[in-house]
Amino acid sequence: MPGWLTPEELEQLTRLLDALVPDDGVNPAAGAAGAADYVNRLLGAFTADPPRIWPRGTARSGDTDWLELGTAETLAWRIRIEGSRSMPEREFNGAVRGWQEIYRDGLTEIGDLSERTGAQVRAMLQADDRLTELAELAFAHACESLYGDPIYGGNRHEAGWTAIGFDGDVVPTGWSDDEVTNPAGPPS
Amino acid sequence: MTTQDCDAVIVGSGPGGSSVADVLTSHGWSVIVLEKGRNHLLSLEPPYAGLGHFSNDEIKSIDRHLLGPDPITEPRTYRRTPADGDRILTGHVNSLPSTVGGGGVHADSKLPRLRNEDFNLRSSLGPQDDADIVDWPIDYADLEPYYAESERLLGVAGEVTNPFAEWRSTPFPMPPGPDMFGAVLSSAAAERRGLHPYRAPTGVNSMTYDGRPACVNCGFCGFHGCPIEAKGDPVALLRRSLLTGRCEIRPESYVTVITTTPDRRRATGVRYLDASGVTHEIRAPVVVLAGGAFETPRLLLLNDLANSSGLVGANLTFHFQTLTVGSFPFPLFGERGRAVTHAHDDFIVMDDEARRAARSAGLPWIRGGLTEHGAAAGPVMESKTYGPGDHHGRSMRDSALRRRMWVFTLQAEDLAQPANRIDLDPAIKDWAGLPAGRVTYSPHRHELVTSDHYGPILEGVLTDAGAEWVFSTTSPPTGPLDVHARNPMGIAPASYHIMGTARMGQDPATSVTDPAGRFWDVEGLVCADSSVFATAAGYNPTLTLVALAHRMASQLVGEPLPATVPRP
Repeated sequence: MPGWLTPEELEQLTRLLDALVPDDGVNPAAGAAGAADYVNRLLGAFTADPPRIWPRGTARSGDTDWLELGTAETLAWRIRIEGSRSMPEREFNGAVRGWQEIYRDGLTEIGDLSERTGAQVRAMLQADDRLTELAELAFAHACESLYGDPIYGGNRHEAGWTAIGFDGDVVPTGWSDDEVTNPAGPPS
Repeated sequence: MTTQDCDAVIVGSGPGGSSVADVLTSHGWSVIVLEKGRNHLLSLEPPYAGLGHFSNDEIKSIDRHLLGPDPITEPRTYRRTPADGDRILTGHVNSLPSTVGGGGVHADSKLPRLRNEDFNLRSSLGPQDDADIVDWPIDYADLEPYYAESERLLGVAGEVTNPFAEWRSTPFPMPPGPDMFGAVLSSAAAERRGLHPYRAPTGVNSMTYDGRPACVNCGFCGFHGCPIEAKGDPVALLRRSLLTGRCEIRPESYVTVITTTPDRRRATGVRYLDASGVTHEIRAPVVVLAGGAFETPRLLLLNDLANSSGLVGANLTFHFQTLTVGSFPFPLFGERGRAVTHAHDDFIVMDDEARRAARSAGLPWIRGGLTEHGAAAGPVMESKTYGPGDHHGRSMRDSALRRRMWVFTLQAEDLAQPANRIDLDPAIKDWAGLPAGRVTYSPHRHELVTSDHYGPILEGVLTDAGAEWVFSTTSPPTGPLDVHARNPMGIAPASYHIMGTARMGQDPATSVTDPAGRFWDVEGLVCADSSVFATAAGYNPTLTLVALAHRMASQLVGEPLPATVPRP
């Protein structure tokens, strides 16, 4: 499985993601449901061929292929993930800080989280402007991982969907006309 | 001797370009369709089957930009007025898909027709201060044959019960699909309030049609390509074109230059960049611009072409959307069905209350538009609205903003204003080094008064339907910018309905194209997208732009469709 973060960084990231979207006894924490794996695969997307950006199918479809990226798409995703790295062809609108750098620097910056509660972690992120970029990016990825398709590494065993009663990908069966119009049974 | 590569080169493979390709190839013309984006739609080899790239995956479609354009390599910029400076936003601005099939791929495919009044707004309702309201150079009867034919080719499901709809020469090709549970509730409440909801005409199969299957109601309709091809727009038109053997589609082909004769009075073809950045040239006697009302004016401005009127890019309109949201004490099952199954058009026509609202605001009239009764977005989008913290899991289970939410989207008339426009950003570039397109847009006071009037009426309907709480907002948002910095709808217009940036007319001094979509200034150059709309109207624009494209192409081949009469 492609990846980019070190085991120590993954551990740290899991704590961060758990703090942003915590376990509440019913819904799992994002990190515990695979969010760090989701982020790690995304940061390491270009260590695989095709890059792990767009799966052809969903986890339920059983299709494990990934789609090729076009030239411009490869450029976009390399800029987004790796940053512009002073390469002129990536800096047509100036330098870009990539997600790899945001995560690596941010995880170093926040230090050891093992003794901190979720509330303390969130307060720390809120209090330090240097961590805003990390906090926003990690929260977005926590949400995507926990409530998106499990094929990306998060939402393990569909735990996020199960907690909220979301049915996910229902193709090819879909819903019958009656299930669309009268989902709760015949009108009383 | 002049050589040519094809009879017509078409820039853009969305609903307009595909409609032109279909008509031209069926009349024996050879066409090359150049599409800036990737091909995820159908194989370009016989028998042109679906590629299987679409799946019910919120991350792939929305967060990872499968359908493009990617805001990094194809950024767009936005400002409300020049007082904002060069821009207040860079990246995702009205990013109608950049992919084979264009905007048809992601749409939930609501395909209404305009009313005759929409073609004659100036004559019917009169002018408004600070707006450039004109009549179209054609009327409903001119377009009706093409509406009917486009509905047949795309496959539109609907019913003839909307009292505000114009006459038709043909029945809908298919009956409507199943009513969504939430729409049954909102429609019943709307009727109790004196409104006239109906099953919205939709380009989604309710039965096997044209070799494509019936929709299975999977719920991933808006923002997603259809994994089973139940949506006909525009895969049906592109496949028909390819099957003639006279159509070639070239994805990842970015047209940057419209070539002309030295006097710039006649188009001779185009130059485009392929995926590797290599330039190619195509020579054709007819060049069709169908990149949409954002990219078409951008290309013309990049080429400093067809703009003797100074109106290329000007009079940009969206639909000024009022979104009225209701949260119910029970689930509405919005994840089952086709995103929107019902609509009402009552706000197209002023009643006494609307006249009073207009008068008290000092406006001669106000005009709303089609109101969609629709479901909320998916769980990933919902989860991002709640913010981090201990409440997150509870909020997701409670799901006030998805499972228990129902939304009215009023696609309201947006008055044309010359200062609202597409132009070229002075600094931001795309991956090829070309200037990004820039939107400058502020709503007219008409739009604000209209929204203020109809928003509370829609809130009343949702309350009547059982909503516990309701609120209305608009896109773009109004009020101080800092309040909207984290607005989930964004600070730029979120509507993908974009029109008017190369308006058609009878006079070259006040319009960019003639009534057939031919650019006044450049022979052999025609437009086949919603750039030519003279006014925005209050209806989703796709069927109208497809019908206009069909009409333009039929005139090109010298075989316009015969006039039609109302069906008894």
